[in-house]
Amino acid sequence: MKLNLARNEVLVALVILAFCALAAASDPRFLSIPTLTDLLRNGIILGIFSVGAMLVLVSGGIDVSFTAIAAFAMYTTTTFLLEHAPGLPWPVIFAISMVLGALLGCINGVLIAVFRLPTLIVTLGTLSVFRGFLLTFVGSNMISALPPEMRNFSRLMMFRGTNADGSFFSLPWAFAALVIVVVLTWFILHRTMLGRSIFAVGGSVESARRIGIKVTRTQFFVYVYVGALAGLAGIIHASLSRLANPFDLVGLELSVIAAVVLGGARLTGGYGTLTGTLLGVALIVLVQNSLIVIGVPSTFQSITIGILILVGTGLPAWQAKRQAARSA
Amino acid sequence: MNTLLSRLKTPEGRLAVIAVLVFVLMASLSPERFLSAANLTSMAFQFPEFAILALAVTVTMLTGGIDLSVVGVSNMSAVVAALILANVAGPELAGSGAVMWLLLSMVVAIAIGAAAGLFNGALVAFIGMPPILATLGSGLIFTGIAVAITGGSAVMGFPTAAAWLGNGKVFSVPVPLILFAVLALAVAFIVRRTAFGLKLVMFGANPLAARFAAVDVNRLLLKVYMLSGALAAISGLLVMSRANSAKADYGSSYLLLSILIAVLGGVNPYGGYGKVVGVVLAVLSMQFLSSGLNMLQVSNFARELIWGVLLIFVMLVNSQQVAALFARRRMS
Repeated sequence: MKLNLARNEVLVALVILAFCALAAASDPRFLSIPTLTDLLRNGIILGIFSVGAMLVLVSGGIDVSFTAIAAFAMYTTTTFLLEHAPGLPWPVIFAISMVLGALLGCINGVLIAVFRLPTLIVTLGTLSVFRGFLLTFVGSNMISALPPEMRNFSRLMMFRGTNADGSFFSLPWAFAALVIVVVLTWFILHRTMLGRSIFAVGGSVESARRIGIKVTRTQFFVYVYVGALAGLAGIIHASLSRLANPFDLVGLELSVIAAVVLGGARLTGGYGTLTGTLLGVALIVLVQNSLIVIGVPSTFQSITIGILILVGTGLPAWQAKRQAARSA
Repeated sequence: MNTLLSRLKTPEGRLAVIAVLVFVLMASLSPERFLSAANLTSMAFQFPEFAILALAVTVTMLTGGIDLSVVGVSNMSAVVAALILANVAGPELAGSGAVMWLLLSMVVAIAIGAAAGLFNGALVAFIGMPPILATLGSGLIFTGIAVAITGGSAVMGFPTAAAWLGNGKVFSVPVPLILFAVLALAVAFIVRRTAFGLKLVMFGANPLAARFAAVDVNRLLLKVYMLSGALAAISGLLVMSRANSAKADYGSSYLLLSILIAVLGGVNPYGGYGKVVGVVLAVLSMQFLSSGLNMLQVSNFARELIWGVLLIFVMLVNSQQVAALFARRRMS
């Protein structure tokens, strides 16, 4: 099999392997189950966000407001529950947060799909609207006394174990949420007409319209779906960290977009894969958590991510440019 | 009268109305405080730093690109200038020596800003990267460099002369305001009155047509991003002088704000249309709004909310969809 270096998935996978090899060489303890569970646990929130962001990129847009949606849905759900129904089971809590997220996604959807406003600017605007509304009218205090069911959820472990040195490691069931999101998104993208429409709209709005795809409805769905995913990610984040912090999450959007574009999704729309996205997430999580293991000080974290973005998106762009020049 | 009416139909015309309305509203809500000389001068000290960033974003937006690295560039240049001022010149230095070092550090900062812009321009022009990604990545790198050389802490201890740039007055006009006025006029001149400006707008309106019209596109992009980087560095110097320190994460909210101002000012994010007058009017409306809200003791968070609402509102008003809606209603 010929390795196609132009594909981001291959490139990112190779970088991850190299990173792990380097890390293992400098610290043999790196290759262990606790490291793996730590990385998986740290990848849950970033992963759910990235799947949503990838979908938006495939549809030809870009969304930076999802972190604000997540914070809004998570914090509003928590405060509402604490006041009115602290005893609800966690699936209901999650559903409420997702519905809230989807409603905020509707706002993005209307502005983008119906009024055709540029996606980056709209979502920059709604980012500050959602965040400003949350902090002004809902509250700006951290809540550590979460509803008991959210705490119970965070204690549900898929498995747990003890190291040789006596420390514990575990993987929470929250990880299953990421798996479900990935499977569901894969199904929508590759097994439904809706998924084909999303690719088609991202490839060319005009062509999609001419073959009879309902562009407005498709775009609207994308932003609502991303909103719901953000609501889910937000409430899981609050449960796992056992803290509802309204200042949390916002600021993560650049890492998410970095992960997605590293995975090969194109900003011009019409192309993006779940495998690539998950590999991109893995690389970003590795860099954010384990840079120190390969001997790079953590102050170099943002330089490293910046370089990865430039190399990961620059290489395919440069190849495309050369190819275009050759054929011209 | 007719020309006045037709002017109101342009984005700049509408914006002028908004700016005046906001000013009148704020002035009538708390006249003795909003219209006080102290408030007016403090506004003149506050807005130039992000207004200059907005100019930087504007020039890249005219080409249909965007510069998300402006805050990174501005902090990186400011940190280097601050290191020169604090470590080489030292806080005790006074007189002409201090002025010389101040000028030198400014030149170095602007040169670094331009070099950073050159890097962005090269990514966009030669590698063919989308400007959003190129400047997203490079912005992280520039911020990262600022973190790495300072270890993440603030650089302080400048000669007193350094405070003049951000806090001084010339004939009772604040220096930052003069600086902004000069830069705004310069950018307006470049865009409206030079061949470079014409090519810039042409490229933004239709890149392919510009290429076929024998515009040296790569050179153009390099220059545009260099201009943006240099402007960002000047804004960084202002922040440094006003805060009397420099740090890798100063002004992180300015990125959103500067894009917001550019779009509010009627600059088309797809390129090809934009006027500096619009940007200046947008800056003024934002500053009137935020200082008025400040006097009414509205929290910073509510200000963020109102900025976002304002941005979306203006986009809706300027969008063709809404214009078409009204046109249809009038016909029927």
